[in-house]
Amino acid sequence: MAEFIHDHIQPYFNYWVYVIIMMIGLWALIAKNNLIKKLIGLSIFQTAIILFYVSMGVKDGATIPILGHHGSSPPASEHRLFEDLDEEEPKKAHGKPVDHHAADDEHGEDHTHGHAGHHKTNPDLIANPLPHVLMLTAIVVGVATLGVALAISQMIFKEFGSLEEDEILEEIKASASDG
Amino acid sequence: MVDQIPAVLVLAPLFGALLIGLIGHRDHRVCFPIALASLSVTFFGAIAAAQHVFTNGPMDYFVGGWEKPLGIGIHLRIDALNALLLIAIATVAVLVTFFSIRRVGEKNTEKTHYFYILFLLLCLGLFGITIAADAFNLFVLIEVSSLTSYGLIAMGSSRSGTYAAFNYVLMGTVGASFYLLGVGYLYLTTGSLNMQDIHTILGSNPEIAQSKAVTIAFIFILVGIWIKMAFFPLYGWLPNAYSYSPSSTACFLAPLMTKISVYVMIRVMISVFGLEWIFVSLGWSHLVVWLAVIAILAGSVLALAQREIKKMLCYLIVAEVGYMVGGAWLADEGLWGMTGALYHILADAAMTLCLFLAAGIFVKRFRAREISDLEGMFRKAPWVMAAFVIGALAMIGVPPTCGFFSKFYLIRGGLDAGHWEYVGALLISSLINAVLFFRIFEIAFFGNKPAEGHDHSHDPHETEELPVASNEAPPVWSGNLPLFATAVIIILLGIYNGPVVALIRTFLEELPIVASSL
Repeated sequence: MAEFIHDHIQPYFNYWVYVIIMMIGLWALIAKNNLIKKLIGLSIFQTAIILFYVSMGVKDGATIPILGHHGSSPPASEHRLFEDLDEEEPKKAHGKPVDHHAADDEHGEDHTHGHAGHHKTNPDLIANPLPHVLMLTAIVVGVATLGVALAISQMIFKEFGSLEEDEILEEIKASASDG
Repeated sequence: MVDQIPAVLVLAPLFGALLIGLIGHRDHRVCFPIALASLSVTFFGAIAAAQHVFTNGPMDYFVGGWEKPLGIGIHLRIDALNALLLIAIATVAVLVTFFSIRRVGEKNTEKTHYFYILFLLLCLGLFGITIAADAFNLFVLIEVSSLTSYGLIAMGSSRSGTYAAFNYVLMGTVGASFYLLGVGYLYLTTGSLNMQDIHTILGSNPEIAQSKAVTIAFIFILVGIWIKMAFFPLYGWLPNAYSYSPSSTACFLAPLMTKISVYVMIRVMISVFGLEWIFVSLGWSHLVVWLAVIAILAGSVLALAQREIKKMLCYLIVAEVGYMVGGAWLADEGLWGMTGALYHILADAAMTLCLFLAAGIFVKRFRAREISDLEGMFRKAPWVMAAFVIGALAMIGVPPTCGFFSKFYLIRGGLDAGHWEYVGALLISSLINAVLFFRIFEIAFFGNKPAEGHDHSHDPHETEELPVASNEAPPVWSGNLPLFATAVIIILLGIYNGPVVALIRTFLEELPIVASSL
């Protein structure tokens, strides 16, 4: 048991947590009767995916991905950025297979190397910013979804006078048979 | 100038929506011209793009000039696969805009501009999905189109529609989240989000391609897209959401949303994972074909059980999705199934649009919601009924219409692959469609319905208000024009199926993987 925890749970602790949280959300989404509770489940479900992405970009001992300017003017450094990346492209294509463990380091390298323009920066010391940036977008999408869903549930409450799924279904059935 | 088309396709509806948002609340009459103008721009843009693509090859557009190797950029790509689809979306959008003049606004004019804003943003989302070449951008655009469609469905006047919209929000979000999760696994293994990049990395690194994480990624993405396209076991949200939404909304969503999701599936299969990986390494394509068979049969049988016209059409969509998924997954044994699926995306968009437009007109002008209400419709509205018949014949698969040819190619694909169950399901589904529609024809022509007094049978909440006595009500042509145009398109698409299929074939045969291994 201890061995199992050491081999399979400890190294992937983030991923275990995200799966468990996601299942909690999915369960609430399916099993709850109240529409607002369903929405809470939906939010938990989406948050779990955000956790998954965020833990992708994290490394031990790494810092935030902000680099100094080092005096070069912005247009010139942008130019460099493209050159460096072009050189790196073939390397990435032939990159060695990545297991979950090394994945973080590999990506960090891809994206931070180009930024530097000078080769003092050690990519292992910088977190991969891309998944975090993606999640900013995903959070916005999640907020928008939640907003729309809450607005619709308000409409439902106005029309049915209830947010309990079974009562709403009963009312729909009743109005269908009346008609 | 031509280079900028991919951006224009997305920006024109966006600016239209913003403009309507700025001035639409003052005078709702400006909404329609603005919407029509911005969609016309995209329509001609789509045609120009298609012309360019078929003469000069694929177009790539990097927004802001941020090229591929960077972690994420906005990469838009138009190739032969989506050029035809762009024209289809733009055509449907323009036709539905005409249709919407008399549908929206009659009831409460203060909502008109909201409808057009959401409608244009939905167009933006659909164009974006079609041309996105980046897996994460695709997710965002799927959500853009989904969120706007939730709003559009909830705008309906019926109570059940609101509840259907809520269920659609839950299902749609879960689907998109599964897709996002799959993209996460892909990024974890390949370190890229660009579709072409992922394809190259998977193709050149067999160890990555064989890893379990990539298989899991594919399954997550596939299930996510299947929820969005209402593939059989996951179709629950569709019939209520579409049949209780306002007519214009249903006319736009029904022909496009599911079809676009099928396109996304084919795009992911071809451009991200590659057909070789799916059919050689994965090796469970037979299972999916069987699922498609069940979807076709279940959709047809459930359609047979419906009394409402729109509900029946919704279940037919579920069956049609089965056609396309099955056809696409026959690609391991010859390309006719895939060709048929791609052609069927266009054909099905046209015939679904035709049937839904006709159903919308029946509801609006004659308050005919159920099949039995259609009694004597050939006398009351001969031209509308004629167009409905053309759409129905296409659904059944009668020769000069496009429905016949798409079924022909799909069946050919099934025969080539030796999937007799798929061929059988297609034929049975055609028979059931024939029964369904000829029953409607009989009622509409002979009107041999026992007198039950159906006029009073409506639920007061479900019926929409009478269209008469409104001095704002536009002429009848706004309903009929798009309907007749669609009927003509169905026949033209059928007669000129040769060139269209030739374009699709050329694209499929040029795929490197197809040439080498299949």
